[in-house]
Amino acid sequence: MTSPTTSSKPRRPVKQIHLAAHFPGVNNTTVWSDPRAGSHIEFSSFAHFARTAERAKFDFLFLAEGLRLREQGGHIYDLDVVGRPDTFTVLTALAAVTERIGLTGTINSTFNEPYEVARQFAGLDHLSDGRAAWNVVTSWDAFTGENFRRGGFLPQEERYSRAKEFLATAKELFDSWHGDEIIADQDTGTFLKDAKAGSFTHTGQHFDIHGQFNVPRSPQGRPVIFQAGDSEEGREFAAAEADAIFSRHGTLEAGRAFYTDVKSRLAKYGRRRDQLLILPAATFALADTDAEAEELAREVRRQQVSGATALKHLEFVWNRDLSSYDPEGPLPDVDPDVGDNHIAQGRAQVRMYRDPMATAREWRALAEANNWSIRDLVIHTGNRQNFVGSPATLARTIDEYVQSDASDGFILVPHLTPTGLDEFADKVVPLLQEQGVFRTDYEGPTLRDHLGLAHPDTETEERQAS
Amino acid sequence: MSANPTPLHLAVALDGTGWHPASWREPVSRPRDLFTAAYWTDLITEAERGLLDLVTLEDGLGLQSSHFLDPDGRTDQVRGRLDAVLIASRVAPLTQHIGLVPTVVATHTEPFHISKAIATLDYVSSGRAGLRVQITARPNEAAHFGRRTLGRIDRYDTPAVHELFDEAADHVEVVRRLWDSWEDDAEIRDTATGRFIDRDKLHYIDFEGRHFSVKGPSITPRPPQGQPIVSALAHETVPYRLVARSADIGYVTPFDTDGARAIVSEVRAEQRAAGRADEPLHIFGDLVVFLDGDPAAARARQERLDTLAGEPYTSDARIFAGSPAELADLLQEFETAGLTGFRLRPAVAGHDLPAITRGLVPELQRRGAFRRAYEADTLRGLLGLARPANRCAAA
Ligand SMILES: Cc1cc2nc3c(=O)[nH]c(=O)nc-3n(C[C@H](O)[C@H](O)[C@H](O)COP(=O)(O)O)c2cc1C
Repeated sequence: MTSPTTSSKPRRPVKQIHLAAHFPGVNNTTVWSDPRAGSHIEFSSFAHFARTAERAKFDFLFLAEGLRLREQGGHIYDLDVVGRPDTFTVLTALAAVTERIGLTGTINSTFNEPYEVARQFAGLDHLSDGRAAWNVVTSWDAFTGENFRRGGFLPQEERYSRAKEFLATAKELFDSWHGDEIIADQDTGTFLKDAKAGSFTHTGQHFDIHGQFNVPRSPQGRPVIFQAGDSEEGREFAAAEADAIFSRHGTLEAGRAFYTDVKSRLAKYGRRRDQLLILPAATFALADTDAEAEELAREVRRQQVSGATALKHLEFVWNRDLSSYDPEGPLPDVDPDVGDNHIAQGRAQVRMYRDPMATAREWRALAEANNWSIRDLVIHTGNRQNFVGSPATLARTIDEYVQSDASDGFILVPHLTPTGLDEFADKVVPLLQEQGVFRTDYEGPTLRDHLGLAHPDTETEERQAS
Repeated sequence: MSANPTPLHLAVALDGTGWHPASWREPVSRPRDLFTAAYWTDLITEAERGLLDLVTLEDGLGLQSSHFLDPDGRTDQVRGRLDAVLIASRVAPLTQHIGLVPTVVATHTEPFHISKAIATLDYVSSGRAGLRVQITARPNEAAHFGRRTLGRIDRYDTPAVHELFDEAADHVEVVRRLWDSWEDDAEIRDTATGRFIDRDKLHYIDFEGRHFSVKGPSITPRPPQGQPIVSALAHETVPYRLVARSADIGYVTPFDTDGARAIVSEVRAEQRAAGRADEPLHIFGDLVVFLDGDPAAARARQERLDTLAGEPYTSDARIFAGSPAELADLLQEFETAGLTGFRLRPAVAGHDLPAITRGLVPELQRRGAFRRAYEADTLRGLLGLARPANRCAAA
């Protein structure tokens, strides 16, 4: 790898970019109608995707989670990919067909129990030789809760108190084995050095549990912790507890604001800025030339937003059935229903529109000024590709974003399954490597190594010493 | 050599370094590797080389114990284990034919999670998944979850145990309904209308039971086998009933042929009572095995391990020590009582599993009593079970 130290002028050290791959899932990012789109559920798709990301030396592969199928207007939503596998099962299987890439799974802290989740993550870490990470999410809704046993959901305002206690409890379980308990001395007949290995007691508001954890300490000590909440509480939670944030702020300006905000929260928890990585989700359109990439980006956006999809997205704000409107026509003149938003269930997006009347006014003005139809509006206001261009443009832009602290890297969400990363791996990654901002090989075996994070034991010692 | 019209089925039950508590002290045992993928891959690929139908993987939500209900605080036996579903998933892409049947504890888990986990195991193994459902009455395991306390239980025939088995039956029912909550052709990718699925082919399961309710549908499409294999270990009437109501395979523990005959007739009666007389239900006999070419060596090994353990090993199942030929005789005799297969528990995994695959299997093949090649790609296929129609679709 080239190093900036060869330069004689003192200058800011070049940040190394972190890259990860998000298996495209149940959002309209996924262009399933493309003739090249493959299965989103067969294991071969996951294996192809993971191997491509590993060939490109990405830090990790990321899986999102949703525990109830989305509904809109009282029906199961049928316009996007529906269905996905179990996170633990598919990540563990991927550990068999890859060697180095990290395996990050989103697992909810509301519809699970700490003992079981800690067991599964410790198991994934063992079975992948230290490549496990957990994205702790806090969805709380009663709609999802209907799929679970007793007390499957909780009030919104308690979501982080449960999440914090859930993670704290899981960490107690991970730390309940120190790593030297198993002697397995066949001659003397001592298997365990300590009969109390794994002992824990946790008493709190949400969990009152005790006993012995039955998975010995895993290669990373505990999995890498991700957080993906965006609220004030979510940011504090991340600053206090997480190793990385999966954010949705993938543009330069929003990214920098989020980055500054979150990194500045670290000091009060006795943490350094490099102990929490900020990794926004990012989409891209890649072609041989910038002009071709622009054309591709436009085409992909049109595929992502069919007329039917446009109407459904408008319903997120209007909170009423708009199926009688023409997506190629003007925006509805009726106002949004400002009651509790029940038109779309199981979606986080809906909560982004806290003031639907204001959003509707803004959108009508935009549409009138530009002579946009409903579909045009959704195409223009919806998620655009973060990066559009030739390989050289993409490599340069991504590097600019990272060097100017809009992020520490990106979690790429291609629009095609499972081949959507192939071209990026072949054409953009080598340029980033030439620029000296991306690894040419993995530095170590574990995900902590890829992310430049200390082993938790070392980190705890540092915190106690400081 | 008489070809048996219905060759027997063979499973092997994997638990740590083997079922004898001193098994980890055998030189072949690799006790320090128990938490590595390589250890489990080596064992399961060995079982696959022996053309076995399936492996089951033991599991539990607390440390292993020599007591039925309580932790024992011992340090001279293997303690600690990895989640069985994860072990099965880790090995699935590295095997091609053998069925993978992890243990699932119904008492403290969410059927919604279990259903999608086993469905996904079925995807990653291309149709070789199953589960072994188990209850736990251990107070210490309940304390790991803190959601309920379990009263002391000393017999099967108490209301508290009935309750745990009823809950397990509900658990399995939910898991099965979720597998069927998507019709096989629900994914339509209809570009004309922009619809990825035909939502009329997805079904709410609306399960309401005494212990929990679950809405559905699953987030995971119907798995390749439609219904992965459900199995359970059973020793008495209450668990026989669970097998009869809910399972594709019951593992039972006869000590002799008359005992086997009695168990089979009781399970079959429960099956009729459950209204499933026409459905295939395998009844496998469970045996702990010490296998050596020389029967005396097998018995000497058992004694040596017992001495190391400080006490004779006892089991809920019959313990067999002898040669592969003797074991083949015993299995064929048991088979006449109506057992359709066997699940063997290697006393020492590193020794007795290869003895099964390289000793017992060839012996059974010579007698025309066991397959010479895998005849199907799915576990259902190996067990002679058809891919079932979707119950939700029929409704
Ligand atoms: C980029 C991003 C990705 C997310 N992915 C998931 C997910 O896969 N599953 C999930 O249940 N929640 C997901 N969430 C939701 C958050 O984890 C969190 O539960 C939600 O945003 C509420 O927390 P907040 O109010 O702090 O934002 C995601 C959020 C963000 C910002």
